[in-house]
Amino acid sequence: MSDAAFALAAVAVPFAGAALVALAGERRRDLREAATFASAVMLFFLVVALGPQVLSGGRPAVPLFDMVPGVALALQVEPLGWLFAAVASSLWVVSSAYSIGYMRANGEGRQTRFYACFAGAIGAAIGIAFSANLVTLFFFYELLTLVTYPLVTHHGTDEARRAGRVYLGILLATSILFLLPAIVVTWILTGTTDFRPGGILGGRIDAATAGVLLALFMFGIGKAALMPFHRWLPAAMVAPTPVSALLHAVAVVKAGVFCVIKVIVYVFGIDTLASLGGSAPFTAIAAFTLVAASVVALRADNLKRRLAYSTVSQLAYVSLACSLFTPAAIMGATLHLVAHAFGKITLFFAAGSIYTAAHKTEVSQLDGIGRAMPWTMAAFGVGALSMIGLPPMAGFVSKWYILSGAMAARDWVVVAALAASTLLNAAYFLPIVYRAFFVAPAPGDSGGHEAPAPMVLAQVATAGACVAIFLFPGLAIAFAKAVAGG
Amino acid sequence: MSVAGHFGYWATVFLMMAGLFIVISRGNLVKKLVGLSIFQSSVYLLYIVPGKLVGGTVPIVGEGFTVYSNPLPHVLILTAIVVGVATLALGLAIVVRIREAYGTIEEDDLLAADARAD
Amino acid sequence: MLAEHFPALLVVTPLVAAPLIVVVRSARAGWAMALAACLAAVLMAAQLLARVAASGPVSYAIGSWPPPWGIEYRVDAASALVALLVSAIGTASVVYARRSAAAEIGGERLYLFYALMMLCLAGLLGMVVTGDAFNLFVFLEISSLSTYVLVALGRDRRALTASFQYLILGTVGATFYVMGVGILYLATGTLNLADLAVRLPQAADPRAATVAIAFITAGLGLKLAMFPLHAWLPGAYAHAPSAVSAFLAGTATKVAIYALARIWFSVYGADALLRDIPVAPVLAALSVAAAFIASGAAIVQDDLKRMLAYSSVGQVGYITLGLSLATEPGVAAAIAHVVNHGVTKSALFMLAGAMALRLGGTRFSDLAGVGRTMPVITFAFVIGGLSLIGVPGTAGFVTKWALAGAAIRAGQPVFAAVVLLSSLLAVAYIWRFVECAYFREPPAGAPAPGEAPASMTGTALALTAAVVAMGLHGAPVLGAAGRAAAALMGGAR
Repeated sequence: MSDAAFALAAVAVPFAGAALVALAGERRRDLREAATFASAVMLFFLVVALGPQVLSGGRPAVPLFDMVPGVALALQVEPLGWLFAAVASSLWVVSSAYSIGYMRANGEGRQTRFYACFAGAIGAAIGIAFSANLVTLFFFYELLTLVTYPLVTHHGTDEARRAGRVYLGILLATSILFLLPAIVVTWILTGTTDFRPGGILGGRIDAATAGVLLALFMFGIGKAALMPFHRWLPAAMVAPTPVSALLHAVAVVKAGVFCVIKVIVYVFGIDTLASLGGSAPFTAIAAFTLVAASVVALRADNLKRRLAYSTVSQLAYVSLACSLFTPAAIMGATLHLVAHAFGKITLFFAAGSIYTAAHKTEVSQLDGIGRAMPWTMAAFGVGALSMIGLPPMAGFVSKWYILSGAMAARDWVVVAALAASTLLNAAYFLPIVYRAFFVAPAPGDSGGHEAPAPMVLAQVATAGACVAIFLFPGLAIAFAKAVAGG
Repeated sequence: MSVAGHFGYWATVFLMMAGLFIVISRGNLVKKLVGLSIFQSSVYLLYIVPGKLVGGTVPIVGEGFTVYSNPLPHVLILTAIVVGVATLALGLAIVVRIREAYGTIEEDDLLAADARAD
Repeated sequence: MLAEHFPALLVVTPLVAAPLIVVVRSARAGWAMALAACLAAVLMAAQLLARVAASGPVSYAIGSWPPPWGIEYRVDAASALVALLVSAIGTASVVYARRSAAAEIGGERLYLFYALMMLCLAGLLGMVVTGDAFNLFVFLEISSLSTYVLVALGRDRRALTASFQYLILGTVGATFYVMGVGILYLATGTLNLADLAVRLPQAADPRAATVAIAFITAGLGLKLAMFPLHAWLPGAYAHAPSAVSAFLAGTATKVAIYALARIWFSVYGADALLRDIPVAPVLAALSVAAAFIASGAAIVQDDLKRMLAYSSVGQVGYITLGLSLATEPGVAAAIAHVVNHGVTKSALFMLAGAMALRLGGTRFSDLAGVGRTMPVITFAFVIGGLSLIGVPGTAGFVTKWALAGAAIRAGQPVFAAVVLLSSLLAVAYIWRFVECAYFREPPAGAPAPGEAPASMTGTALALTAAVVAMGLHGAPVLGAAGRAAAALMGGAR
């Protein structure tokens, strides 16, 4: 099989998996889960197989359809996309194990629809990762929104329906009102929507137009959750926890910041943007989101809500890094995409385990829970440290690059924002860990037990990955370098 | 050309306006159809009147015939009349069916009946 | 060569099929004959489209009277494309009608339904291929009169009042049109469209041309449901038999749009429209109003078919917006939306009809929980709805892309914003259906209805699949629309 065929297969496998899941149905649920697991593993191997080729400069391309004249629906694998795909596919394997444990332990309904949409969402995420041009990216972007809608509204309650409206309303409205016009304008200005190293807008755009276009892209990519278009993310937390973990900590939100990096690097080109200047408003919005979301997270008692706002804040790190327009910061952004994924999924897995084993959802209920669920809370601690950016966790690596990029750009506001948010991160995560291990359980709390084995294994694995990325960052850094053109 | 010289057009415009007014203002469906027919008749005049030349004959190509009336508008309007008659017939047929179904052919009563059904 | 006569045979085949069906007096045989006539029309239209693309417009003199004295049938890239759309939707509707019409109309005289469908098809195809302004009126009335009857066949008695309203407004519209044509005839002495284009600029009184286009635009505006002349459409589409709604939604308004574009751009020309007669800005303003007000009205309807009907008025607004740009990309986007929206809306009406058949109605209260009882139909409906919104991967996206691009290129980015902003209204009305279908429980005690008959489901799914195919691979339709726009704007001169 050629590399192009691998790329096509990588996008096709999750969708085929979704079809198999739907065919297997509720009656043959072991077969159904096997289909999920098999497609996850297969996808992971396909992506891994593409890695060496991409690192050595290969760019496997697959043109599919002529969507509109001159713009094909086409796939192309480049380092950033590969990295995103690698993160999503490896975590899909882990979270498949986790979701099987979670869904069965909690007796959730409509599991066939759940697994089918889940696989579809991964397919759309891989499609985003491997998009060769803006229109293809937009296609998979909207597909991802639509296919995750049934997951967000999984419980079918009025609350879920309201959350679904917010979710769909914000994501569709921003993409139709801002992202689509931005793509059309790019197409009219340049005659192409392809992603090319160094960007396509260089020399075809003046500073004012670039500013407007950049704003359209940044706010249009609602999945990057820049304030004031972030509310869909906390709303999406009504979904079952595996959805929050893989989609709203990894696939969907990472798709958002992935699009931001991709647009900055391959559509504008960082050199073009740096020469045009005018990044200040964008930096300010990202810095504001970074700090404001952290403050909201500090005050949230619901664990998943706190994690959601933490995600909003962490996504803003990536946007902030992108707005610096320097290669080091772009590297940091790319690495943060990876580091945050592993850290945040660990935290969500832990939150889901706590819900499954102890039926607790609020931070204030977690006194002493570490004694009953040591593995879960240890994993949670590792994830929290990674969020804060302390060694020996993955978060340290990416923060290091972002910070050095900010210092190289002599942007002290950014440095201050990063410092403030690090403190806030510590302030809203460490008390949870402290409560879990050092505060005595509330009287009458029976203590409970550890979550089912597949769930524990999953979160320990992702926590381990957080440490592993710190210890062996070479591969990720090599890809990030290729993205930043360093 | 004088106002009087345009009398054919004046007649056309009068019929058109009168017909349209009846269609809009009358609630009785049969009267609406009457108005519609008058409205359509104005078009017949619009085509026919300019086709008539004073002193003109039927278009016969031959000795002694020099001034003809244009025959084409007549042919066109023959078609239009057929269309008009068909429309009227169909309209009346529908009115009959409406009366069978609703027991009335007054627009206000029909609207009220539909509103009650909702 | 038989192929030489395709322009005439395209119209004659269904026109002859109609009386034959009446003679045979059998619903089953009538259905078969109607289907055969439709398929023949599709093949002829496809052959003509290919021929026109290869070797330019085809002119056919009826009775061998050379134009401009005789009636000319003229097929170019625009008319061939619309003819293919009309005959294809006609075919799908006839296939769909076998079970649907039998259930909704039934009775011994069901065969007359097929005869009327053929008359209507003949009228619509005639409007498309004719090169004569008065002949266009005749075909317009043939299609309209048969449409009034088809609408009146609906199950509900409100179909009768809807049909009567449509008859009054449709006749007023057609009469306006023929008045405009009369004035053009008086000013130029010709009825041939190509000849009119040559003679109109030389006419003695330019005011005649202005008055004529006002009459023609208003008249055809009524037929194409241009806001605010759309009052007939919601009732007619909502109460007509499902197969008729599906057929009309994809064809009737679309052909009127084609006729308007033909007269605007082939007879008057974009330059004259923009320079002398302020008709394009008026149309643009009405289109914007349609996109917002009619789409907004769609959100609050209680009935799914009525919602789709209001949505049609809004979508027609996009098409006329494209026309009002009076640029080639704008007209191309409009023509592409004629095709894409025609297929989408036909599919949606068919799906709504399938639900109506099983649930006894299409009010939202009837549709609660339909996502569980008719999963395939409901899912397809959501796909079609996404095309109305313009989500990528569906036909609606391709034309929204083209329309937004054309508006920006024409220096009117505001119109691009209008197109995108009003799509959010489509999100609202489609999501109202989604929430009703998936979040509400089916009425307790009702028997589980199950999916619709295979012939109905199959046809509807085929059209839905076409919507997706045209969305993923939209270049052919846009290419054909581009050629059609070029033919409209430069062909007849």
